[in-house]
Amino acid sequence: MTSDASLPQALADIREEFGELDLRDRLTLLLEFAGELPELPERYRDHPDLFERVVECQSPVYIFVEVDDDDVVHLYATAPMEAPTTRGFASILVQGLAGLTTQQVLDVPDDFPLTLGLTEAVSPLRIRGMSAMLGRTKRQVLSRIAA
Amino acid sequence: MAVDADPTARFADFAHPERLVSTQWVEENLGTPGLVVVESNEDVLLYETGHIPGAVKIDWHTELNDPVERDFLDGEAFAKLAGSKGISRDTTVVFYGDKNNWWAAYALWVFTLFGHEDVRLMDGGRAKWQEEGRALTTDPVTPVPVDYPVVERDDSTNRAWRDDVVAHFGKPLIDVRSTEEYTGERTEIPGYPAEGSLRGGHIPSAASVPWARAAAPDATFKPRAELEAIYLDEAGLAEGDDVIAYCRIGERSSHTWFVLKYLLGFENVRNYDGSWTEWGSAVRMPIATGPEPGEAPRR
Repeated sequence: MTSDASLPQALADIREEFGELDLRDRLTLLLEFAGELPELPERYRDHPDLFERVVECQSPVYIFVEVDDDDVVHLYATAPMEAPTTRGFASILVQGLAGLTTQQVLDVPDDFPLTLGLTEAVSPLRIRGMSAMLGRTKRQVLSRIAA
Repeated sequence: MAVDADPTARFADFAHPERLVSTQWVEENLGTPGLVVVESNEDVLLYETGHIPGAVKIDWHTELNDPVERDFLDGEAFAKLAGSKGISRDTTVVFYGDKNNWWAAYALWVFTLFGHEDVRLMDGGRAKWQEEGRALTTDPVTPVPVDYPVVERDDSTNRAWRDDVVAHFGKPLIDVRSTEEYTGERTEIPGYPAEGSLRGGHIPSAASVPWARAAAPDATFKPRAELEAIYLDEAGLAEGDDVIAYCRIGERSSHTWFVLKYLLGFENVRNYDGSWTEWGSAVRMPIATGPEPGEAPRR
């Protein structure tokens, strides 16, 4: 288990949760996360233009990052019900990044998805989709700060 | 064959109607001894959200691929996998899955490499089953393990290696990827490499027929006449041709392999699973770009 000071508590907790399970149960937990992906808030539902497609994911998943006046990042993601793995990845990030400041999000280690213990359960190729989601989230944060 | 073929009339025109079963047939035959229904999806968790009662899951990433080398599992691992799913050598295996049976066809093709005789696809796949309101369940399925013999994988009849493709120049190749992939246009955003290759384009002389053109809007296969219009009239295949199909890693092309072999009756069809991720990254392989097939290099 890697330990890094920059990993926010919520993400560390999620990682620990996965780490305590065997491979099969990790998939079940990922499915639970998929079920917990929040619906988009009303104000964003009719604004597909705001969302960026994560093309590295095999299923259509779109993300949108908002930075509020207190410098707190809000990540919104949408993915179809037929893509539970992708929804699970998005849900982990939405929950794990909730309430973090822009700097805290930028400091999340890029290899966080690889440390969840899911690589074997879902395959390295699929995990790349989650890494891409994190990368794109950070890039959107940077562009919001710059704006 | 362990279980009788589906007599559905719309399959009769195909070269091998016994390779297809309808959703209705599957529903009526659930629980028939000698039949195992296998769900194979792109998404590793989709099966867990609800599957055909009694169906087992086979995941292409984690179960069909060798975890270390870029290859499929070997005879011993396959015997173990099949046996653990309750599949014996004479079992009728019906595959179905998401995305027009894309991954179901891939799993079926891998079973074929091991010479598993009775493999069939459920026409229309998961989407049609769901659309028709047929039962899905999250009840766990625990197959009774059975013995499956260790069979050496046959890598020459239905599978092509890169050198086979080189030796094949002059005979028809089908590229089943999207038009953008075929022409070599870059689709990924710089700095975010997709599952890619170092060069874009296609194997010279390959005809472009995106794989999903074989599917009707309801995810079933198009009728034979329509398939012939695509593969014979448009792509120029002729009866008796020896054909190699490829895509990016060999999954989409296994769908086309199924169409050519079992629906249109081409006896010699191979799937080049190295596909573009190998060809487009290997040194000194000839490549054509743009919408034209280009000339096959002289050997």
